[in-house]
Amino acid sequence: MSQIKHIAVKEFKDYFISPIAYIVIALFLIVTGWFFFSTFFIYSRADMRDFFSLLPIVFSFFIPAITMRLFAEERNVGSYETLLTMPVSFTDIALGKFFAATLFSAAMLLPTLAYPVFISFIGDVDPGPVAGGYLGALFLAAAYCAMGLFASALTRNQIIAFIIGCALCFTLTIINRMLFFMPPKIVAVVEYFGASSHFTNFSKGILDTRDIIYFISLVCIFMFSTYLVMQEKN
Amino acid sequence: MTHEEDALIDVQDLTKYYNDFCAVDHINLSVAPGEILGLLGPNGAGKTTTLRMLTGYFRPSSGRISVKHLQMPKDTLHIKSLMGYLPESAPLYHNMLVYDYLVYVARIKGIIDPDKQMARFRTLVDLCGLSTIMDKPIATLSKGLKQRVGLAHAMMTDPEILVLDEPTSGLDPNQIAEIRSIIRQIGKEKTIIVSTHILSEAEATCDRIVIINKGRVVADDTTASLKNKGLQNSVVRLALKGPDQTTALDLLASMDPALDIRPAQAKEEGLVCFEIRPPDNRDVRSDIYLKIKQTDWIIMELATETQALEKIFQQLTRQEA
Repeated sequence: MSQIKHIAVKEFKDYFISPIAYIVIALFLIVTGWFFFSTFFIYSRADMRDFFSLLPIVFSFFIPAITMRLFAEERNVGSYETLLTMPVSFTDIALGKFFAATLFSAAMLLPTLAYPVFISFIGDVDPGPVAGGYLGALFLAAAYCAMGLFASALTRNQIIAFIIGCALCFTLTIINRMLFFMPPKIVAVVEYFGASSHFTNFSKGILDTRDIIYFISLVCIFMFSTYLVMQEKN
Repeated sequence: MTHEEDALIDVQDLTKYYNDFCAVDHINLSVAPGEILGLLGPNGAGKTTTLRMLTGYFRPSSGRISVKHLQMPKDTLHIKSLMGYLPESAPLYHNMLVYDYLVYVARIKGIIDPDKQMARFRTLVDLCGLSTIMDKPIATLSKGLKQRVGLAHAMMTDPEILVLDEPTSGLDPNQIAEIRSIIRQIGKEKTIIVSTHILSEAEATCDRIVIINKGRVVADDTTASLKNKGLQNSVVRLALKGPDQTTALDLLASMDPALDIRPAQAKEEGLVCFEIRPPDNRDVRSDIYLKIKQTDWIIMELATETQALEKIFQQLTRQEA
């Protein structure tokens, strides 16, 4: 357990040593801030529904950018050999990196907490959907981090890791909007696989165990896949 | 040779395939406690792959590795904690400061207490000469300095076994001398496996040498014994000024008809050169000197070929190639 913590802390600090963290956070705030506030005053609604509705699509590009370096860079530089020959297991490494990326995603979301505070000055904000939305955002970020990590484990090229990560996350994000093209028999199944519908429930303030289980399952499946890739590559 | 039961590290039939390519082919090794073992071989012989399997980085395709009677892969984590490993060209985290990196390594290797960390760092800073670079980013360090940080990494927990993969490759002569002296110093107490393709390095630092070629062990003996084997075919080089080749050859042959004397390429004009191989491996230099002394010829060179290990290495690795 302590090994996971040491790896997670190191990886989390790493983000802030290089300019990557600041660039990603700044871009994330500009993109979400612009899309949210550009229409906010038109509707005259004191809620964050629009912010949360665009979060899955924004995350599907930003989170692979956060996770792409985690394995690919280590493999490329060779430090992966140094890391693996220390007394740590594959599980310690994978979980350490996963927690670091999820924690960084949470740090990226942290400044957006200012939005509900500002909105509360101009109207009554219902705290339920906001709190649910943030909780859902954490689950969504964790699931996408696991997918990004899996993509990073596949290759030593960060750009390829980013593209695979984006493809995975983007697919789960937009699959709900593709139901129109699906045969009616599989619509229900495909809809269940989409991340957006599960996340929308959170952002309405509904805590459904099915949604929680969905995100936890995604994390487990992709973390286990990462573990298998790590084993296979050595 | 070491008996299997006494061996600290025992490797049996270790094999590694990369798809269809056999990088390591049924290698058997045993390393006694306190021994400095040199793993020698040309580039691509399988040295690094062997060390990577030994340190738990690669899973062997087949074979058995046991360290202090612990078995891989069952006890891999425990075995890793007994070993310090310096991979080739010391791949480190370039964006970290040396101090931060060492703190991270100390924590991962179980030295959590800050006081214990500082005590260990002081020892390592002295041993590896890190005092002036602790606050520098690893990316800005020269290759030799990175190698020293890598050594400090490997020795963080004062492990019983150190595995060093080409620790001096790419370094300048001064840095090579420094790293070698550090290895010799550590080697007084530790078991060290060092891989290299530089023969003088193995000769200077190792007790025992294992030569690998094309994934197979082609020689496994003490350094002294291997050198002796090389000397058995030693050659005396002689260069004379004064006589013509036939006269000189006649005189030398009159010394002992059993001598194998072959004319060699003259290094300078006006010299006659020979390579002389004594049949019974005795040193014939004094006899040659006394014989030439009776003439008015001048001896420009009279030397035994000393690179015995190099010769053995070339013989073993070329035969196979």
